[in-house]
Amino acid sequence: MPTNSQDFATLTEPRLETTASRLRELVAHLRQQRAQLREEWARLITEAQLLTAMTKEEIFAEATSVYDNYVEALETGTYEALQAYARNLSERIIPRGVETHEVVGIVLLLRDVLARSLFAKYQGDFNKLNRILDAYEPAANRIAGTVAVGFVQERERIIREQQEAIRELSTPVLQVRERLLILPIIGVIDPQRTRQLTEQLLRGIRTNRAKVVVLDITGVPYIDSPVANHLVQTVEAARLLGANVIVTGLSPEIAQTLVNIGVDLGKMNTVGDLQGGIEEAERLLGYKVVPIQEPATAHPA
Amino acid sequence: MQVPILKQGAYLIATVQSALTDDDLKQLRDTLVVSVSKVRSRGVIVDVTALDVIDSFATRTLRDVAHMIRLRGAETVIVGIQPEVAFSMVKLGLSLEGIATSLDLEEGLAYLDRKGKRSGPEVGDQR
Amino acid sequence: MPIDRDADIVAARQKGRELASRCGFPTTDLAVIATAISELARNIVRYALHGEIVLKLVEENGRRGIEVVASDDGPGIPDLTRAMQDGYSTSGSLGLGLPGTRRLMDDFEIASDFGKGTEVTVRRWKR
Repeated sequence: MPTNSQDFATLTEPRLETTASRLRELVAHLRQQRAQLREEWARLITEAQLLTAMTKEEIFAEATSVYDNYVEALETGTYEALQAYARNLSERIIPRGVETHEVVGIVLLLRDVLARSLFAKYQGDFNKLNRILDAYEPAANRIAGTVAVGFVQERERIIREQQEAIRELSTPVLQVRERLLILPIIGVIDPQRTRQLTEQLLRGIRTNRAKVVVLDITGVPYIDSPVANHLVQTVEAARLLGANVIVTGLSPEIAQTLVNIGVDLGKMNTVGDLQGGIEEAERLLGYKVVPIQEPATAHPA
Repeated sequence: MQVPILKQGAYLIATVQSALTDDDLKQLRDTLVVSVSKVRSRGVIVDVTALDVIDSFATRTLRDVAHMIRLRGAETVIVGIQPEVAFSMVKLGLSLEGIATSLDLEEGLAYLDRKGKRSGPEVGDQR
Repeated sequence: MPIDRDADIVAARQKGRELASRCGFPTTDLAVIATAISELARNIVRYALHGEIVLKLVEENGRRGIEVVASDDGPGIPDLTRAMQDGYSTSGSLGLGLPGTRRLMDDFEIASDFGKGTEVTVRRWKR
């Protein structure tokens, strides 16, 4: 009976076919159907109200690249090119305000559009359809994962860069007199910021040959123990570079935190407010620079 | 690795040229202590600008040097600690407390001059 | 890298610095990593007959970093909790320097047992 022999043929086929050859077959189909499927996908994207930050032309252009890269990844089974493309794409669309759920959404939509197309083609042969899907699904899922992860990683990288830029702007090291640096800190300090602070300060001491640094923390409401520790380390490191550090603007809360972590406030040079700190610094400098015979620089009374 | 030690007036200047092994450090310490007595130096400057790492052993040795030299009536100044090295040292918990440190050779000499004028031949002040 | 002698300490940290530099770490981190390696290597030389340090570039979750594994065949550390306590004082009796090393690096793992040697793994990630 024809059905029997046909069944027999379909039963032996899996041993003759491999995943790779199945992938080649479905990729050929997807390439052939490229124009229609791409348009279908773009339509669904708009319908789902994704990528609203982009124009129709832009969506179409990106859709073409994504489609081609997607199919290529299916064909080659390697994902490096796709990863690179995903990062590149993310770098371009993130500044446009595209969100993670949109990117994941469009990739999944494409997966579905292609899957439906495969259903349509192989609907007459249930076994064949199953085998095609066996080849397609793992690859498609991996592609979706790769693109999503690439996008998220790129986003995180951009956020880190922005944070770094903000931090650099918010910790200026000012040279007000020769050999005197002032470091006003404003706002809440996190561990990342303290590290940057220390680096900037130490570099500043070296560049400006500073002998006294006034570290003003009037604008800092509170600090936690790790940050307090780091501040103390900063003061010690500055000393190793031959600079004296005067800490000004110590609130009672911060003083308490420092005591709690075991800092001997008596050993740390602290002054109540910034102005007092600057005067103390000038005194220290004046005392060292001015010859003994001349009177010390008069303080503005 | 020998560390060159120069005499400049009443001071000795030891300039580290490259990374020092533990033995090099010990040799430097011993040489400095002997030299200070021999030339009746009033101050010693150890220039560590070229050191890219100062770890616990190096710190301890420098402290020993300063201590022994002080016992012979002279003052030690460590100069040229690099910012990154200072950072690593404090993170590690190392302290050169009680030892004078200056930014560079020029500052170090200025410090010794000031100390010489002010306090004379007595035990140096602790910072 | 085998760590048997004094001179190996310097070699190890210079190699570490090179590797970290190739990975793109900033200057401060180079000093931090080199210092940590120096401390770990010194422990090996001081407490064991020999050991080795393995340096590796690693990657995890998209960030890149450097991994240092210091292992030795020494007597081992019987009381790990005590060894990890900060016994630092300004006089600097530093013991094994492990708490300090942990402060220097991002990740810190230690496995040691009495009579079985010690293995310390530390990692620092590029920010």
